[in-house]
Amino acid sequence: MTYRLHSLTLSAWAFLVPALLLMAVFFFLPILAAFLLSFTDFDIYALGDLNRLRFVGFSNYLQLLQSPLFWTALGNTFYFVIVGGPLSVAISLGAALLVNAPLTRFPGFFRTAFFLPVVTTLVAVAVVWRYLYHPRYGLLNYGLSLIGVAPIDWLGDPDWAMPAIILMAVWKNFGFNMIIFIAGLQNIPMQLYEAARIDGAGAWRQFRYITLPLLGPTFLFVALMTMIGYFQVFAEPYVMTQGGPANRTLSIVLLMYEEGFRWWNMGYASAAAFMLFVLMLAGTMLQLKLQRREPS
Amino acid sequence: MDFKVFTQNRADYRYTMHMFPMLRLFLSSTLLILWLTGCNSAIDRPVVVEFWAMGQEGEQVKALLPEFERRYPGIRVQVQQIPWSAAHEKLLTAYAGDAMPDLFQLGNTWIPEFVALRAIEPLDERLKTWPSAAISDYFTGILATNQLDHQTWALPWYVDTRLFFYRTDLLAAAGFAEPPATWDGWLQIMSRIKTLDGAQRYAILLPVNEWQLPVILALQRGAALLRDQNQYGNFQHPHFREAFLFYLSLFKEGLAPPVSNSQMINLYQEFANGTFAVYVSGPWNIGEFERRLPAAMKGKWMTAALPGWVVPSTRSSPPSQGGRDSANPVSLSLAREDWGKGDEGLAAGVSLAGGASLALSRTSPRQDAAWKLLEYLAQPEQQAQFYRLTGDLPARQAAWNDPVLANHRYAEAFRQQLQHVQATPPIPEWERIANRIAYYTELAVRQEMQADEALVALDRDVDRILEKRRWLLEQGLTP
Repeated sequence: MTYRLHSLTLSAWAFLVPALLLMAVFFFLPILAAFLLSFTDFDIYALGDLNRLRFVGFSNYLQLLQSPLFWTALGNTFYFVIVGGPLSVAISLGAALLVNAPLTRFPGFFRTAFFLPVVTTLVAVAVVWRYLYHPRYGLLNYGLSLIGVAPIDWLGDPDWAMPAIILMAVWKNFGFNMIIFIAGLQNIPMQLYEAARIDGAGAWRQFRYITLPLLGPTFLFVALMTMIGYFQVFAEPYVMTQGGPANRTLSIVLLMYEEGFRWWNMGYASAAAFMLFVLMLAGTMLQLKLQRREPS
Repeated sequence: MDFKVFTQNRADYRYTMHMFPMLRLFLSSTLLILWLTGCNSAIDRPVVVEFWAMGQEGEQVKALLPEFERRYPGIRVQVQQIPWSAAHEKLLTAYAGDAMPDLFQLGNTWIPEFVALRAIEPLDERLKTWPSAAISDYFTGILATNQLDHQTWALPWYVDTRLFFYRTDLLAAAGFAEPPATWDGWLQIMSRIKTLDGAQRYAILLPVNEWQLPVILALQRGAALLRDQNQYGNFQHPHFREAFLFYLSLFKEGLAPPVSNSQMINLYQEFANGTFAVYVSGPWNIGEFERRLPAAMKGKWMTAALPGWVVPSTRSSPPSQGGRDSANPVSLSLAREDWGKGDEGLAAGVSLAGGASLALSRTSPRQDAAWKLLEYLAQPEQQAQFYRLTGDLPARQAAWNDPVLANHRYAEAFRQQLQHVQATPPIPEWERIANRIAYYTELAVRQEMQADEALVALDRDVDRILEKRRWLLEQGLTP
């Protein structure tokens, strides 16, 4: 018995150790290093000679809180999360319902088609979307001109740049959540719908009282993952606008990247990273709390 | 029970320890093989110099290398082409990762940064073998950007500065045969052009998100951008302020449209349409203008060195006088002749000393071979050849005597301007400071901030950026 137990633990460790080792070296260690860095003024001078490194306590964090650029980036990031997140989840759910509907033909084709943007390289996607958004030759403005709307400078106008980025990000990402929603939908037993129909429930009430409640756990997962992912928005503005025009698409991660790798202010950039971590943690806790309260 | 698990765990522990010798054997044999193959290649193969160059330079420089490798059969060159947009990050990361190339191209404003990093090998010892005429053959202002603390850290490869691209026909229509030589003349020409035929017309295009022109004007006005050994911003100084206000007035009076680079959809089309008559830009646009302007524009545009600030006594004449009067040939030639006399008030017409340089990595074990390549690329013949390939203007003046440049219609103004170029402050923080200048200039142009407010804020930001530098100097550490 003890031998069995022992060999079980041994094999468990054998399976775990490689993954743990990799995580320790490539994940926990860098996080720890970044945490320590955030209390120093590691910069180009320190990179050349460590004697020129100073321990600065919380001054990076304080400077960050005083920096207008940080607040701009924070505002933009919230804009992206609050508008883009729910929009993305809603569209994923809608697409999942459509693809999963019994009347839909070729559901396999649509599943694949909607999932394609997720696996496509962002840079390739960005090139295409830049054409779509082109103020003079873009398809989008052409479509708008047909219904009499004046051309919009999607990526150049400070007010339109963020909506344009959100639209592209939602289009690029909704397929992933859709697949998860489809899996959730297929787990709902058919008998429930049958029973509801016999009781006289229409499509809307079936959706409201069967589909939505039973999708609850899936919903929580999707909402959490989307929020976490959207808080870390980087590639879309980096490729499409580089944070412009007038910093209107500058996200926190983009700011971090600029400070870290453009100006090489590693201490300051690390502090920004931990601020973002705290924000995301708070957001996650809030969502979990809301979700937990709901059933009761 | 607990105890038993514990002892057995101990036993396993020993068991796992047995794996170590195996691992060690595996690792050491791998290393041995690597070492042997490494040795082998060193015997058979020539020295391979790794050379990083950016953008189209990285592409085109390959055409110069067969001749180099013919002259030095023991050296092979491996060129790595890096996109400009990622070049700075890539070099810094290479330095942090101890993976620097032997020879690399870098923007000459990056030199102070790489000197602070101690990533560059100084060239003074090696330059002693050069005749002094070869060194003075470089444009003085450009070479100065490669020198820091009385040492030469890199050699200019090609040069770059900013000057006027203008429509000769529009200037003529406004009554001027020549481009302006002074700020005053410049203002007059511009206000005349603005009134040429109502409609949507501006005199000049100055992208609001660029720092270059405000800084050029300040340098012309004789402003020191930073003070006290580059420890503090000096942007509230009357000289800088005057230049800044002059720049803002161009927008306030409607002479320049308040648009950024990305908002001007087709620069060349607008230039051809006459939306603006003057554009401040660099040598890369000679080729672009030739290629992209419609055929009807041929011969209707020209390049010219920048006008300069003139001492107040000459400025007192009211600028509201007619344009024809202001193109007074006397005052024109006066200002031009005073160039280069070194008088501070007449630091007329200076522009920025831009361009790219070549530097040796400090940690490279192949510095001698890399230096041979650098010397080769610095030869006037190769510089002229490189110009033919890329359109990049040579840093060696001897190369300008090559017929391809000597008879070039648009290059002459650059040659003239390059005699009057000035470097930006040689500190690693400069790019960040320039970024702040651009930011506050844009706010002031868009009238989201008062000019003086913007300068106060600029000084405050710059002082914060320079805090580390002040601390280093205080500690007696070399920044």
